[in-house]
Amino acid sequence: MSGNFLFQAVIYLSAAVVCVPIAKRFGLSSVLGYLLAGIIIGPYVLGFIGEEGEDILHFAEFGVVMMLFLIGLEIEPKAFWSMRKTIVGMGGFQVAFTVVLCFGILVVLGYTWQSGISIAMALALSSTAIVLQTLKEKNLMDTEYGASSFSILLFQDIIVIPMLAIIPLLSTAKAPTDDAHGAGHGSFLDNLPLGVQTVFVLLSVVAVILAGRYLFVPLLRVVAKTRLRELFSASALLIVMAIAFLMELVGLSPALGAFLGGVVLATSEFKHELESDLEPFKGLLLGLFFIAVGASINFGLIIADPASISLMVLGVIVLKALVLYIVASIFRIKLDQKLLIAVGLAQVGEFAFVLLSFSGQLGILSGEQLDLFLVITAISMTLTPLLSIINERLVLPRIGTREVVSKPMDTIDKKNKVILVGFGHFGSTTGRFLRANGVEPTILDHDSSRVDLLRKMGFEVYYGDATREDLLASAGAGDADLLISAIDDPEATLRMVDVLKHKYPNLKLLIRAKSRVDAYQLLNAGVTHIYRESLDTSVKIAEDALHFLGHRRYTIHRQAQNFKKYDEESLRRLADKALNSEEYIFKVREEIAQQEALLQEDIERARITNNDTAWDSEAMRARISGEKQQE
Amino acid sequence: MNSATPLGNSYIVAIAICKSWYCKLNTNLHHPIVCILPICSNLYRVKKLLVLFAHPRFEQSRTNQALIQGIKAMEGVTVHDLYERYPDFNIDIVIEKQLLKQHDTVIWHHPLYWYSCPPLLKQWIDITLEFGWAYGPNGTALEGKKALNVITAGGSREVYCSEGRNHYTIREFLRPFEQTARLCGMDYLPPYAVMGTHRLNEEQLASHVAQYRALLQSLQEESLSIPAPQDCQFMNDLPHLQNAKIQ
Repeated sequence: MSGNFLFQAVIYLSAAVVCVPIAKRFGLSSVLGYLLAGIIIGPYVLGFIGEEGEDILHFAEFGVVMMLFLIGLEIEPKAFWSMRKTIVGMGGFQVAFTVVLCFGILVVLGYTWQSGISIAMALALSSTAIVLQTLKEKNLMDTEYGASSFSILLFQDIIVIPMLAIIPLLSTAKAPTDDAHGAGHGSFLDNLPLGVQTVFVLLSVVAVILAGRYLFVPLLRVVAKTRLRELFSASALLIVMAIAFLMELVGLSPALGAFLGGVVLATSEFKHELESDLEPFKGLLLGLFFIAVGASINFGLIIADPASISLMVLGVIVLKALVLYIVASIFRIKLDQKLLIAVGLAQVGEFAFVLLSFSGQLGILSGEQLDLFLVITAISMTLTPLLSIINERLVLPRIGTREVVSKPMDTIDKKNKVILVGFGHFGSTTGRFLRANGVEPTILDHDSSRVDLLRKMGFEVYYGDATREDLLASAGAGDADLLISAIDDPEATLRMVDVLKHKYPNLKLLIRAKSRVDAYQLLNAGVTHIYRESLDTSVKIAEDALHFLGHRRYTIHRQAQNFKKYDEESLRRLADKALNSEEYIFKVREEIAQQEALLQEDIERARITNNDTAWDSEAMRARISGEKQQE
Repeated sequence: MNSATPLGNSYIVAIAICKSWYCKLNTNLHHPIVCILPICSNLYRVKKLLVLFAHPRFEQSRTNQALIQGIKAMEGVTVHDLYERYPDFNIDIVIEKQLLKQHDTVIWHHPLYWYSCPPLLKQWIDITLEFGWAYGPNGTALEGKKALNVITAGGSREVYCSEGRNHYTIREFLRPFEQTARLCGMDYLPPYAVMGTHRLNEEQLASHVAQYRALLQSLQEESLSIPAPQDCQFMNDLPHLQNAKIQ
């Protein structure tokens, strides 16, 4: 048994380790890599895994739960509330349209209305796992496309609950009583009247919220005091699993519960530690999940009737894409963002596996129907990354916001060549000031709405991912004097810096850094001009605070300038130390240690600045009074 | 240009006199315009003073704290603390010009550092006194106003003379201010100086504060009969001020 387990683990892990880097190398998302790995080790290619793939799939669905917990952590309750209109609006329209259309078509194709409804509901859902993973990898969460996709997916995760409640009602056969396995709906509430069920469901949601506030946070505080890192990880896992368990108990979606738990904990002081602790688990489980999806594709069924399967897959994808396109149009989203949403969410999601197998168990679907739609789901998930690539590389460059706009030759432009990467809150201020002084920067941005606006304003703008070598080249990194990075995401910044340092070693880089730790990494990547967004404004606040406490403005201003100068020096001094430290992986701890070192240095420095003798007449006075006494 | 200035000067003075006379006249006649402009008549009776105070480390200057404390609440006196207002040396020219327009007398109040004013005050002079506004063609904005230095210095008056350690007199060191005022068509008055600040005892300091107040009061009322500059080196020498009572 244990030999078998190790063998399986080795197979899964090596498949992932081989396939994912290959996919990444070709600029594809890791999701596709995992899916390919699954297909390769699955029953139809190498045959390392067989039927147990489905069990693994159910196990790995927990990765989706974790992902939603982590997403919840990044969304503060207020932000969540402000998104409610798009969530209900876009999500509601999308689900309703898709269900109605699929149901109509299925009935026409000769399905019973019961199976029609349950299949239609399953098909309406998209894959939270694939889409969000891709959005995060490409750093697109803050674009219109990212936000809309997220809203729709969130609505789907919520609507899954009533869907699971409806399916038993469709069953003509009596539901099997021992169905606790697999579908995750086996709730002890099933035998209770609807009203009582609702009360329990509401109570459990309240319980998650209250536990988040009054149980989890005190618990984490106690655990954090033990200073055992693995215990903290264990507590984090415990929280997610406990929420998932409670949700399953009352028949709610564990993913949704986890999301809620995440939102509640988003305002706690443990947000970042929870994130960094759960991230690897989530990554591994999601990877496993995608591998299982790849392995569960029934190629036998495809080989038996390739034409009709492909036709159905195509039909489902086209139909879903069409509905998404229409919904996006209703919400007045720009053309190329619409296409991104339509293609990005066109797959059938992981919840379809749950809904379909549940319907199968209840006898609503026949064995063949179940297999057929499971295959369609798996194939559509596999195709998504490919379709997105086609969309992004071939379709969008032609019809949407162009990466590059050909301008009539403009010789004046070529002087003072500055490239500004990112035109968000930060970059726009930089860009405005440059422009006010007669320097027209070439801008790179990955938000097409912003790109279009900037082009209208007469800027030369390149649209796309600034870490891509070809885009940097076409923006003129080769003959620019300066490149200013205003990128928000530290990892993207580092990737871009690596490309630039490698390809254009002579290009002068002015790079925005979020924190000290990011600044260390940039320093070690060979960047000299680093601008920490956390330095100037924070010192300015302290300056004003001291002013309101009665200090002289000019004295404080000098002190502030010295402080900043000193902080820059210490940054450079501590950079090597920071990266050599063994604990570097534990960023949060490292930062605390750094803070301590800095505070210590400040105390030392105060001794120096207090000895500042500028305009100080103390010494002179002492001398004179000395003279007086002698007289 | 030099020949034109005195003529322009007297013209402005003539206008000012006419205006004040007109206002007085109207008050007597109860002319309707006067009823809505009581402040206007006030403006011509009491002169408004602008104290441009420049001290980079005010919090450690006992003398200047006492002096500023003594005058800052006086009515019609605007104490403009330059180092507090412009810690980054980014002087707002529009505001500074407005202030100058609104006042009749400019007082450069500063410690004497290395025989001159602190750098922000020099910056103020360089930036605010624009060509074509304060001097040069049409540069008549300050004509007829008065200007003087109020200074504090660590050294005593005796060290500032041709035989003393500093070789030159205070008046000689203040020549740039004198000529600056002259170029802008302003009347430069003798300075008021608090010397030997390191040796001042409380009583002496209090008497300086009282003299400073008295000086500003007489400038407001224009009650000061100031002898020609060559006869009066310092405002401190005026008997009128020396009798000022300590509050």
